[in-house]
Amino acid sequence: MRMLNDLYQSQRSMRAMRQAAIQRGVVAILDVGTSKIACLILKFDGRERVTSGEGIGAMAGQTKFRVIGAATTRSRGIELGETCAVQETERAIRTAVQAAQKMANCRVDHVIACLSGGQPRSYGLAGQVNIAGDVVTETDIAHALAACDVPDYGADREILHAQPVNFALDHRSGLIDPRDQIGQRLACDLHMLTVDTPVIENLIYCLRRCDLELAGLALSSYVSGIAALVEDEQELGAACVDMGGGTAGLSIFMKRHMIYADTVRLGGVHVTQDISKGLQIGVAAAERLKTFHGGVVATGMDDREMIEIGGETGDWEHDRRTVSRAELIGIMRPRVEEILEEVRERLDAAGFEHLPSQQIVLTGGASQIPGLDTLAPKILGQQVRIGRPLRVHGLPQAATGTSFASAVGLSLFAAHPQDEFWDFEMPADLGAPRSLRRAMKWFKSNW
Amino acid sequence: MRQMIQFRSKRAKAARPERRDPAPSRLSYKLNRMMLRPWVRRFLRHGLPVLIVVSGVVFWASDQGRRDDAMDRLAEVRRQIEERPEFMVRLMSVEDATPSVASDIREVLSIDFPVSSFDLDLSGLQEAVETLDAVAEASVRIRSGGVLEIEVEERVPSVIWRDEDALVLLDMTGHPVATLEARTTRSDLPLIAGVGADIAVAEALELFEAAEPIRDRLRGFLRVSERRWDVVLDRDQRIMLPEGAAITALEKVMALDRAQNLLERDLSVVDFRNPGRPVLRLGQGAVDLLFDTGFQSE
Repeated sequence: MRMLNDLYQSQRSMRAMRQAAIQRGVVAILDVGTSKIACLILKFDGRERVTSGEGIGAMAGQTKFRVIGAATTRSRGIELGETCAVQETERAIRTAVQAAQKMANCRVDHVIACLSGGQPRSYGLAGQVNIAGDVVTETDIAHALAACDVPDYGADREILHAQPVNFALDHRSGLIDPRDQIGQRLACDLHMLTVDTPVIENLIYCLRRCDLELAGLALSSYVSGIAALVEDEQELGAACVDMGGGTAGLSIFMKRHMIYADTVRLGGVHVTQDISKGLQIGVAAAERLKTFHGGVVATGMDDREMIEIGGETGDWEHDRRTVSRAELIGIMRPRVEEILEEVRERLDAAGFEHLPSQQIVLTGGASQIPGLDTLAPKILGQQVRIGRPLRVHGLPQAATGTSFASAVGLSLFAAHPQDEFWDFEMPADLGAPRSLRRAMKWFKSNW
Repeated sequence: MRQMIQFRSKRAKAARPERRDPAPSRLSYKLNRMMLRPWVRRFLRHGLPVLIVVSGVVFWASDQGRRDDAMDRLAEVRRQIEERPEFMVRLMSVEDATPSVASDIREVLSIDFPVSSFDLDLSGLQEAVETLDAVAEASVRIRSGGVLEIEVEERVPSVIWRDEDALVLLDMTGHPVATLEARTTRSDLPLIAGVGADIAVAEALELFEAAEPIRDRLRGFLRVSERRWDVVLDRDQRIMLPEGAAITALEKVMALDRAQNLLERDLSVVDFRNPGRPVLRLGQGAVDLLFDTGFQSE
């Protein structure tokens, strides 16, 4: 019942704020990652840009908005997707937001953010009720959702998502929308996701220091999945692996709902650190080597391709070293393999092999490593592809790569959020004790 | 060695200066966001310049001395422009007016030339000229070369009205034109008399037309009780005309005169006040004669 008491109001107010922001027409998207912070500014002008016609299906809200500002900056003070230096993070957010505002030439007050750290943990909950009337009403759904018994998820954890993923009415399961259907017994499955409270609090604090109101919060691997998975994959079941800088988030989709999410706390930054340590160079130089010459599959050609390491230590000998590309690959590959194996373990733990479809989509910045598409099938299975995010209106070419999957997904999430637990009216009989208690408190404090 | 190290570190510092933090400071971020507010930008674009100019003007004008000084200077500049020779009027020409009327006009206007054309109120001048009785209509304009030109249309006198103490010339509408010293100076015009005669000048003129055959005997027309006319002839003869259709009545009298020499006879009054029942009043001589010739015997 704790979930009802605390989270309900804050999430509902956040949802109301999102509605208000969309009403005003401008909302910012902030992807606070370990290696970069991306800020998109969306303009909702209530205009559908794609007319419905032959061969054009229903749009999931991605035609309602237009990206009018986009900016990326190197992120600071964030490790493993979690803020470890608040002021540094705040500066980085300020840089990104100001640049995006400059491009959009308008001011944003509301921001929808995603976070990749915080050790998300998935819970599958189930609840069932006898419905009051003949047909299922929204109140019945709310009752069924409230009937889910919430496990003890720890003191400093916060619920980030609580989405009803499946409804069953009597013996019929797999209902998407049970409203107005005739039956007696309504059961529901709820997917609940919790993250560490301090991570969220730090992020909110940073945003407040930047004069921004938080209008929505989502897990980055979830929104990457929205952007990178195609409709069929979401429907039939697929896993999206968002290989970011500090973490590799994975989310499993089934019937258009996220049913599981987890993160591996390893990412591109670790690869860079390995190169830095292995070649005795600075992190910036290592990052440069990785992006320009990196790879995971070595060929005979790579033995002969010598790379200048460079450096500015002042030691001539040290700065003039060269390394073959094969050596660089030899440093990078074990770490990438480790990440993928870790992902495989998590997928196995989640029971991914029981899904009808075994599609795995790799996205995120680290999925750009050349050769990953040959390495990944050896570890994750045959159905692996690199997924670029959906194209949305006005997105600059520079922001269409895989590393912007979560930013694009977050804008889709902003335009068309999934029903969550708090979108349903709280049952009155469950809300009553709290208000009664509040009345008592007021009485005591005033008399 | 230590020197070397110091040297190297110095050089390194010189080669790579301290990188500036790319992040905007909190203040500049807030200012930047404030500048992106639409009303702030509108204010800076339009409101602020207007405010600065207005406040400057208000501050300057708050001092009485400065304000007066500026007014004086303005007046001086204005005067200088007005007194340029191009705008000066030196002459007045009165056209289409008899010399007496022209001198009257000059007397009425009494302008001291030269005068600036800015100081001349042309419509006022026109009204002043039109107040003269002799002037029916006047147009006033400034011609190039600094000439004030007044074109006058004079009233044409058509009757003489013998008022209680003076002879007045009236035009066709009954408006006075001028006074007259003696009747004989304008013997061509008919004479009218009586209170309210000036109102019925038009009818008097028509009667004058109709009285063509007896023009040499005609003395004048007398307005009686401000409603009807008497035609006064010599030998104290008088034709009393009705209030309405006076012309017709007079023509009847003329016809009678033509047929029977009515007016040649010794009549004192031909009373046509009631056209259906004209009455003749005999003169004293005729009455005596009538008595003498045995009027009583019949």
